Amino acid sequence: MYETKYHSASTTDEAVSIMGSADDGKFVAGGQTLIPTMKQRLAAPSDLIDLCAIDAMKGISIDGNQVTIGACTTHAEVASNIELKAACSALCDLAATIGDPAVRHRGTIGGSIANNDPAADYPAAMMALNAQIVTNKRTIDTDDFFNGLFETALADDEIITAVTFPAPSKAAYCKFPNPASRYAMAGVFVAKLKNGMARVGVTGAGSDGVFRHEGMEAALSSDWSADAIAGESVDAGDMLSDIHADSAYRANLVKVMASRAIAAAG
Amino acid sequence: MSTVTMTVNGKEVSADVEDRTLLSAYLRENLSLTGTHVGCDTSQCGACVVHVDGKAVKSCTMLAVQASGSEVTTIEGLANGGDLHPMQTAFKENHGLQCGFCTPGMIMSAVDMVNRLGADNLDEKTIREELEGNICRCTGYHNIVRSIEAAAKQMS
Repeated sequence: MYETKYHSASTTDEAVSIMGSADDGKFVAGGQTLIPTMKQRLAAPSDLIDLCAIDAMKGISIDGNQVTIGACTTHAEVASNIELKAACSALCDLAATIGDPAVRHRGTIGGSIANNDPAADYPAAMMALNAQIVTNKRTIDTDDFFNGLFETALADDEIITAVTFPAPSKAAYCKFPNPASRYAMAGVFVAKLKNGMARVGVTGAGSDGVFRHEGMEAALSSDWSADAIAGESVDAGDMLSDIHADSAYRANLVKVMASRAIAAAG
Repeated sequence: MSTVTMTVNGKEVSADVEDRTLLSAYLRENLSLTGTHVGCDTSQCGACVVHVDGKAVKSCTMLAVQASGSEVTTIEGLANGGDLHPMQTAFKENHGLQCGFCTPGMIMSAVDMVNRLGADNLDEKTIREELEGNICRCTGYHNIVRSIEAAAKQMS
């Protein structure tokens, strides 16, 4: 790892101010992606600005039907939160499959979403749950947030403080993990919102990162069943292709994972 | 450089370290606590697992400065003098190791899972899932799982 200067901020304003005076600063939360990336010298920020001491960015609150999760809430906390289990157990189940127990003790939901790794799990859930991404500057609809591989709508000095979404009436996540890395080769989060509309978020498979499958959404909105998507197709031309799975294989996996998720959601 | 101060195995320690110093490096090189092993150095193998504020973390994927102000427990801090921790005893009695390289991380992860889930919730399948972040190249895991089952009963 190249040299870096570490700072711990106690408010978002302080974090933004440190970022403003840094040559090439980077915000860090749990660091479960950024630190390995820095160790490989694929990233070399002059300054690291740690957000984990910002208390306002931690914890899960549920107000009526609206779920809000602080950006620095760890995967382990999301996985085990009793209130969230009642409101949207699918998100707890998803968090429990990220990395391993030690990684889940450090990694955060905000960090995962801000990084927008094409194989990360949370972005699919945010898309399917019609979440809003709350930052220190504004609130961004999830459909406007993810901009392709590792790209988001965030400005350089913008910090995700929370995500918020209405609890769905049904939801489930199903992924096919790479047998070695355990990252999703295709992960599908399906949600039936309380207004009856279905949303389908897909991670791990798309060549442009996380995406929604509108054909499946329309089919599921009128008939919530695995049979309803039998006639839907996933365009292999839009899929990633690598030594682990070519694009046709991934396109098929997306449908299989979607069917399993619908069955799991009940 | 930053000054880091933390409690390691019950003892307060303090040092000036480069900000890029990993917690694993600080424990091994500054404190000579070489029981914490560095295997893959890419956050996958789990040989470096320690407890920070009671939670298992990969010390190769955390900066020492991020642990400043925390309570850290390493494999050296589990035994009570000459009395091994029940998890250490169980690994010994059940032949839960061969070469021993992964063992410190296995034991720290195992203690964490028992503390977190309780003995009653640790069947063989759960233990195997919970060991996802700890890799052993010798044993095939069978005796490691058996060790954790045995220790969980002792710890409850």
